[in-house]
Amino acid sequence: MQPLIENMTINEIQEDIISDFELFDDWEGKYEYIIDLGKQLPVMDDSLKTEENIIKGCQSIVWLHGYQKDGLVYYVGDSQAIIVKGLVSLLLKVLSGHTPEEILNADLFFIEKVGLASHLAQTRSNGLASMAKQMKTYALAFSSKELN
Amino acid sequence: MELMTSVFTSEEIEKIRAEFPILDQEINGKKLIYFDNAATTQKPNVVINAIHDYYAGYNANIHRGIHHLAEKATGAFEATRESIRAFLNASSTDEIIFTYGTTDGINLIAQTYGRQNLGAGDEIIISTMEHHSNIVPWQMLCEEKGCVLKVIPITDDGEIIFEEYKKLLSAKTKIVSVVYASNALGTINPIPQIIEAAHTHGAVVLVDGAQAVSHLDIDVQSLDVDFFCFSAHKLYGPTGMGAMYGKRALLDKMPPWRGGGEMIKEVTFEKTTYNDLPYKFEAGTPNIADVIALKSAIDFVNKIGKDKIASYETELLEYATEKISQIEGVKIIGTAQNKVSVLSFVIHGIHPQDIGVLLDQQAIAIRTGHHCTQPLMARFGIPGTSRASFAVYNTFEEIDRFIAAIQKVIKLLR
Ligand SMILES: Cc1ncc(COP(=O)(O)O)c(C=O)c1O
Repeated sequence: MQPLIENMTINEIQEDIISDFELFDDWEGKYEYIIDLGKQLPVMDDSLKTEENIIKGCQSIVWLHGYQKDGLVYYVGDSQAIIVKGLVSLLLKVLSGHTPEEILNADLFFIEKVGLASHLAQTRSNGLASMAKQMKTYALAFSSKELN
Repeated sequence: MELMTSVFTSEEIEKIRAEFPILDQEINGKKLIYFDNAATTQKPNVVINAIHDYYAGYNANIHRGIHHLAEKATGAFEATRESIRAFLNASSTDEIIFTYGTTDGINLIAQTYGRQNLGAGDEIIISTMEHHSNIVPWQMLCEEKGCVLKVIPITDDGEIIFEEYKKLLSAKTKIVSVVYASNALGTINPIPQIIEAAHTHGAVVLVDGAQAVSHLDIDVQSLDVDFFCFSAHKLYGPTGMGAMYGKRALLDKMPPWRGGGEMIKEVTFEKTTYNDLPYKFEAGTPNIADVIALKSAIDFVNKIGKDKIASYETELLEYATEKISQIEGVKIIGTAQNKVSVLSFVIHGIHPQDIGVLLDQQAIAIRTGHHCTQPLMARFGIPGTSRASFAVYNTFEEIDRFIAAIQKVIKLLR
């Protein structure tokens, strides 16, 4: 899979997303956009929808899989709920296609800036926090593999 | 909203709403609509003030103190016990045990009566629509004692199949533990008949009254129920406390559960004798403030009248049911003849979580998910539902806004 947004740093992509969200002045526009992102998320192969790839603690089932190619980490994901799928899509945009180090050091400031911080709360049980953590866990696993 | 005659005038509803300070707020710039009452109801000023007044005016440990504050606190604490006794029509306050809530009460019974009286091969009957709190304590007991859990099947409408229940009953049945009103479906179960049938086989019956107490009249004596558990927080009272009723003849024979202060008569290192009922089951300093506030909640309900509350909630439920049924793709889960004010539904092709998130954006609080009834969701072959549940302070106008909000959600998601 190609990097989703080529040659941009994680922070540049986040700035891009933030300016996209600035176009919306109401919740409907914002959520329409997230729902669209969810609908456009590339299909995740059913063979990857395994028990191990399920992110725990979400109200809907969320799958996430990471792999490494040419030194970069890529992710694919899916969810039963379309808004969560949109959130997965945002995280993939930001983190997929970068080196393990870049991913590990990433500060995901865009979440708060675009007004999605409430989705980070554990109580929302949509797993945005768990997803981000799981993506970093993949990066950590790949980076320690490189060191060996 | 169409003109309709209601149990309450709109002035009366406004007066009731004014008792609940939390309702007067905006979320995301819109007036809050609170439709998550089956999870927990909001608290009227009288309850909030009772907690404040206790801590501000007469906080003291109860029963043992000899000073003025301790006596006042003890008096208020025991007044709640009497208030619950009257509320459930128990014959004595000795039969009212304070707990942390429904969950705690069921665990108490499983760990005392259950461990004392059940052995390998004995059977416990529950229903398909039980809350996890009326499943797991029994599974734990079965694991320890080798007893067997039997489950009453339900119809597609969400009603217990009584004939199947009767078939499950036998001399092996020791406990029947069934929910009075289902938190996920709203179904009101035929509890008097369930109890009667169980008793003909010599089994004791526990009723999970968590969802029943705020809607239904409960008379433990005429029901002849053996144990009855409820939580204060679903009855306009405080969270993390509740009560359990048990017949004296059973409670007397049951061993204590938690050991500690309050529940003893005399302690030596060789042997301890236990306190009398109800204190035998109340180890340690209890949640005094919230116990005291529960009386205010019961007074609040009694003042309005439970039958009036129930009739009004039924009006709300019927109105909402009719309106939501007209929306294409909506399917109501739980279509029993007798229901409390719980409206559980799924919308074709839409995950409940998406509905919950988008209603929240419109300041409407509902519950989505499995409602702590995963086996029930499995019975219906769904991951979960969206659930709106109504209380006395909700209005027809709120339901209109809710219906419009659902239509908007569908438009956004399709
Ligand atoms: C039917 C039913 N039983 C038991 C419980 C558990 O109550 P609590 O969490 O207050 O112990 C609930 C509350 O969610 C319920 O709705």
